[in-house]
Amino acid sequence: MIIAERKPMNEITGFIEGKAKILVVGCRGCVTVCNAGGAKEVEILASLLRLGAEKEGRGLHADELTLERQCDPEYVEELSQLMDGRYGAVLSMACPIGPQYLARRYPEARVFPALNTSFLGGALAHGVWSEFCQACGDCVIHLFGGFCPISRCAKSLLNGPCGGSEGGKCEVSKETDCVWQLIVDKITADGTLDAFMAMDLVKDWRTSRDGGPRRIVRQELLR
Amino acid sequence: MPGRDFAPKVIAFCCQYCAYSAADMAGSMRLQYPAEVEIVLIPCTGRFDVILALRAFEKGADGVYVAGCLEGNCHFLDGNIRARKRVDYLKEGLASVGVEPGRVRMYNLSASQGPRFAEIAGEFVRDVASLGPFRDAGPLGGPDDGTGPEGTDGKMTTQSQQARGTPAGTGRETP
Amino acid sequence: MKGDFKSGGRLERVLRAGAFAVTGELGPPRHADPEDVRKKAGYLLGNVDSANITDNQTAVVRMSSMAASLIAQGEGLEANMQMVCRDRNRIAMQSDILGAAALGVNNLLILSGDHQSFGDHPEAKNVYDLDSINLIRALRDMRDKGVLMNGRELPEGGRPRLFIGAAYNPFADPEAFRALRAKKKVDAGADFLQSQCIYDMGRYKRFMARAVDLGLTERAFFMAGVTPLKSMGMAKYMRDKVPGIIIPDALIERLKGVPKDRQAEEGVRIACEQIEELKAMEGVSGVHLMLVEWEHMIPAIVRQAGLLPRPVP
Repeated sequence: MIIAERKPMNEITGFIEGKAKILVVGCRGCVTVCNAGGAKEVEILASLLRLGAEKEGRGLHADELTLERQCDPEYVEELSQLMDGRYGAVLSMACPIGPQYLARRYPEARVFPALNTSFLGGALAHGVWSEFCQACGDCVIHLFGGFCPISRCAKSLLNGPCGGSEGGKCEVSKETDCVWQLIVDKITADGTLDAFMAMDLVKDWRTSRDGGPRRIVRQELLR
Repeated sequence: MPGRDFAPKVIAFCCQYCAYSAADMAGSMRLQYPAEVEIVLIPCTGRFDVILALRAFEKGADGVYVAGCLEGNCHFLDGNIRARKRVDYLKEGLASVGVEPGRVRMYNLSASQGPRFAEIAGEFVRDVASLGPFRDAGPLGGPDDGTGPEGTDGKMTTQSQQARGTPAGTGRETP
Repeated sequence: MKGDFKSGGRLERVLRAGAFAVTGELGPPRHADPEDVRKKAGYLLGNVDSANITDNQTAVVRMSSMAASLIAQGEGLEANMQMVCRDRNRIAMQSDILGAAALGVNNLLILSGDHQSFGDHPEAKNVYDLDSINLIRALRDMRDKGVLMNGRELPEGGRPRLFIGAAYNPFADPEAFRALRAKKKVDAGADFLQSQCIYDMGRYKRFMARAVDLGLTERAFFMAGVTPLKSMGMAKYMRDKVPGIIIPDALIERLKGVPKDRQAEEGVRIACEQIEELKAMEGVSGVHLMLVEWEHMIPAIVRQAGLLPRPVP
């Protein structure tokens, strides 16, 4: 899923500066699961913004609402009754896909992203998330013991580990596992080392972002 | 200095295994502690959530503290450790919008420390009083400017959510 | 290792003649004044067979390795131009390979490159379109098969005649895999390989024994990286801060045992002893002397280590 993180508060308060009435919109998708932009985080952000405004001696009316998904026109439509100009700013707490949907559907509204998409990944433990995919569009993990060297190696090496792998950790951060140590351990244990040695993979990045913005159309699903 | 003669409104989230019992003891020992402290019983400080404190502030509190068992003595092993981290997170959040982080604090004590409970209550009330009122003027209550039709806490529902039985404008959803 | 010369450059001829080769390192300046390169080239000329011209080493912006290579060659010093995969995609790298060969560069050493987070522009986007092994193979195919990565043919006279270098680090982890990674580089087309700085001779010996076992030293020239320790402080810094470097406690103790103003001298003595040992080690074809910002010491060290005169191949 998409792992997101709230933007720094000063950036958010900058978005709503001078606005008396705002709407904070959450999303029940990925950002609820990663505790960044679900109903609870919406309540916390709206409350903090109201308290901060009060502290400055001004009023702020911050409404809260959480949609099923913001990356789906059907649910974005639910805001139609509210988008009548009453809000000086709409803070989307979806991943930044959400605010793009809101801005496209409600062009008159001032929509701001309250979250940053951090990466595609999953939880390692409650409160800990890690990157697992870079959306390169042509998955090769089966060639690497089930690990993704594209997203999990700092240099995206296909023939690692580089000379900075030390004690199973990446030279870029001691917090990060060297994925190549994991790959080598796995392919040595499962007997696929020879296949790896013989492999000569050069990545074709056309399926990745490098090929331009991507799109999928499935005829059998079109109405 | 603001608040010299100001009695702050303080909410104390107290764990039933320690601080709440300590408060009882303080009462039975006839120890004085500030009447401004309103105690909220929670089953463990692990139940404490930043949302609870934020709601308290929005409804007029000037300070919030969380009182749990001594570290290492939590009935649920680490509820008080988690509470401490949440209090730290809350302090950061408040500071990020310009609210004094000193308005929240974590305390640890045991059930037998009735006098310590009274001391904590006095200390925290004194410290919050020195920060002054959360709001300089105006009535306690929600920040609503009265222009919104959706109730004072700003909670909203969409039409489809209404169709699922939560009427618009009735306020808080079940958290 | 018979057959026609790949580049016909000095380094290749020295190695193929079976002489113990010596390479040095020249870091281009962080500005545009060519005098700096000329001055450093002066220390290296006549003392090494070829000098690595680093490519924005440690991800710090410097004069380009191709430009500095040409300036050095103008002084008579053969360049071993480095190219890292961090900053350019396959279009730019193939283009630079053609350009370097056209301008008379004989040796091209290919590296993944230090991650930009270590450098002076950590905000930069890294490229890593290809990794070092991808690029080594691409370069070999350009030279030997006369094709670009997309299969487009190069005319007979338009193939880049380059002696292909690669790096190897016996001191990174996992240890057991390091020789296999070197094998991948040899399989991809590396003609010669230079190592990371060696201080742990025991581990290096284990690595070379494995490389010999794998037959790698029959297929490519393995050079051993040597960097004299200037002081105990430098030794500790490298041990603790530089990834992929191992410095045994015994070496630190030895430096500790001499007064501070004599530690550099002791460091050079240690390096010379290492070089003696490396000369006799099976599979080692030469030494690569990395004297970062200490280039003026090259003549003395080369003399002290008995590496002079350099052969005229």
